[in-house]
Amino acid sequence: MASTVETPVSGASHLEPVAWRSRPRGNPWRRPWAMEGFTWLYIIWSIVPIAIAVLFSFNKGASQATWQGFSTKWYVGSQVTSVLHNPSLHHAVIQTLVLGGLTTAICVPIGVGFAIGIDRWHSRTSNGLNFVMIFSFVIPELLLAVALFLLVTQALTFIRLGTPAEVAGLVVWNISWPAIIVRARLASIGRTYEEAAADLGASRMGAIYRVLIPLLMPAIFASAVLVFASTVDDFVIVEQLSSTANTQPMSVLIYSNVHGGLSGPSLNALATIMLFVSLLAALIGFVAYRWMTRGERTKGTTEALTGIAGI
Amino acid sequence: MGRRQDTYDRRNRWLWIGLAAPGAIWLLVLFVAPFYVMLSVAGGSVNSFFQTAVPIWNPLQWSSANLTAVWHDIVGPGSFLGPPALRTVLYTAIATVISLAIAYPVAYFVSRYAGRRKTLFLVLLIAPFWVSYMMRMLAWIDLLQQGGFFNRALSFVGLPGNTDWLGGKSVTVIMGLVYGYIPYLILVLYAFLDRIDQSLIEAARDLGLSKWRTFWSVTVPLSKPAIIAGTFITVLPMLGDYFTNQLMSGAPSTTMIGNAIEGQLESPGQTGQGAVLALMLLVVLLIPMIYYVVSTARTSREMA
Repeated sequence: MASTVETPVSGASHLEPVAWRSRPRGNPWRRPWAMEGFTWLYIIWSIVPIAIAVLFSFNKGASQATWQGFSTKWYVGSQVTSVLHNPSLHHAVIQTLVLGGLTTAICVPIGVGFAIGIDRWHSRTSNGLNFVMIFSFVIPELLLAVALFLLVTQALTFIRLGTPAEVAGLVVWNISWPAIIVRARLASIGRTYEEAAADLGASRMGAIYRVLIPLLMPAIFASAVLVFASTVDDFVIVEQLSSTANTQPMSVLIYSNVHGGLSGPSLNALATIMLFVSLLAALIGFVAYRWMTRGERTKGTTEALTGIAGI
Repeated sequence: MGRRQDTYDRRNRWLWIGLAAPGAIWLLVLFVAPFYVMLSVAGGSVNSFFQTAVPIWNPLQWSSANLTAVWHDIVGPGSFLGPPALRTVLYTAIATVISLAIAYPVAYFVSRYAGRRKTLFLVLLIAPFWVSYMMRMLAWIDLLQQGGFFNRALSFVGLPGNTDWLGGKSVTVIMGLVYGYIPYLILVLYAFLDRIDQSLIEAARDLGLSKWRTFWSVTVPLSKPAIIAGTFITVLPMLGDYFTNQLMSGAPSTTMIGNAIEGQLESPGQTGQGAVLALMLLVVLLIPMIYYVVSTARTSREMA
């Protein structure tokens, strides 16, 4: 950019307004109506279908297109097809919650440990493991699911299809959430606090437990929420690794019943329960993230929102 | 930083290894090993009585029978894998372009112009992210069925309202793919665009560039990493998708490569060929995946 420097510039030019000839036409601070309208159209398109599906889970009749009055029969009322009374429907709810709980409980601790360990164990092995972890993040889920299916049916047959295989697969599929998020947080908090703790006489385990872990808490919590929600949402891995109907979570049940089988508003009711579980996790995550990062110089609400969405 | 930290890290080396070990073992046993099993099944043989796959663990004895069979299925005369493979590429390409065309303006608007309403917009953009994929597909199945709201809306404005949208239409599948994966794309684009230094854009405008020139020569080059990352985020899962088309059509006219992999894996005697097909998809995707992994590793190193 040497030419720009050599161009003769009058000494006071930076104090004067920009040359009149280059003033942009139109008002640069005008609100971009077209883009805003487009954004709203997108939002309507993305949310209204879901709202309609939720609404029709409360329909009195079996139609998903004609409103016949409010009722909760698809949740609790009907003895045959309500979520409460139909065994396959309520098994699916329980299985989803079991998988979500177990996966989060295993995945988050080992993912956080992995992140801290990889961050400090400078070696070829740790670089290689980091690559493997990022690979597990980008690989199409079907390929991992097929590979896991072959592993548990051909080699490690002691991991039975059903809940054990599902949890094993979900943990490996989700381990990148805590690993990536905690590593990013490790990079942003730096090493000063830990060094200060060491200088003040803390043991190395003491420094980790009393300084590092509390500082990592928002990241750990955000990743726990993400792992839980992504397990509730998961379909491909659980479909490949489930065995009997009892080990099918909500997503698999909805998939296998959409065309025939248990159709009608009871599926909408099941999906609405899934939605509620995920939104509850998101809400808890949001509130806790705000609370844990209080007093930090953050962008507040926006950062908490993007934090629990993993971006 | 520097030497003191290095000594601290080296002195506690076993602690770090111990912390990383559970996750590392989990990844090796349940992420790396499964692909070796996949190779062994692909290079293995079939038990002729039970029609089950017999993996061969020694790489030197791997047979190419499954590979040859699959190759003939793709390019041979009676090939039945060619059309789904082509369809997968086509659907993914169209759905990705449409997704980018919708997602970019939305993410751009929210990151630059939303102002004080940014939180509101972010909540609305993140909301679908928390709604399960199955529910979002179910919502569209309700709308698109015959006698559903979409057909009724069409007949209301005078168009034929009796189309069977769920009976094997590519349009519906592509719409389903866009609807399914666009929330992730928007979030990725937003995260990148939000980090663009606004003063660069202001500088371009101050120096006399028109609105469009500023956009083309400043904003677009600066958002190139966003577009690349966003494209990966949508293309990779779309190529391995097999459920969206099943839900939105279920007809053989819209099957994708994922359905072929799943179908072969489940049919007796064909497990090995399913493994070969999955490995072929993996090989094709390896280059973009490695690119993504390397660039991610580079950004995280720059961040640190």
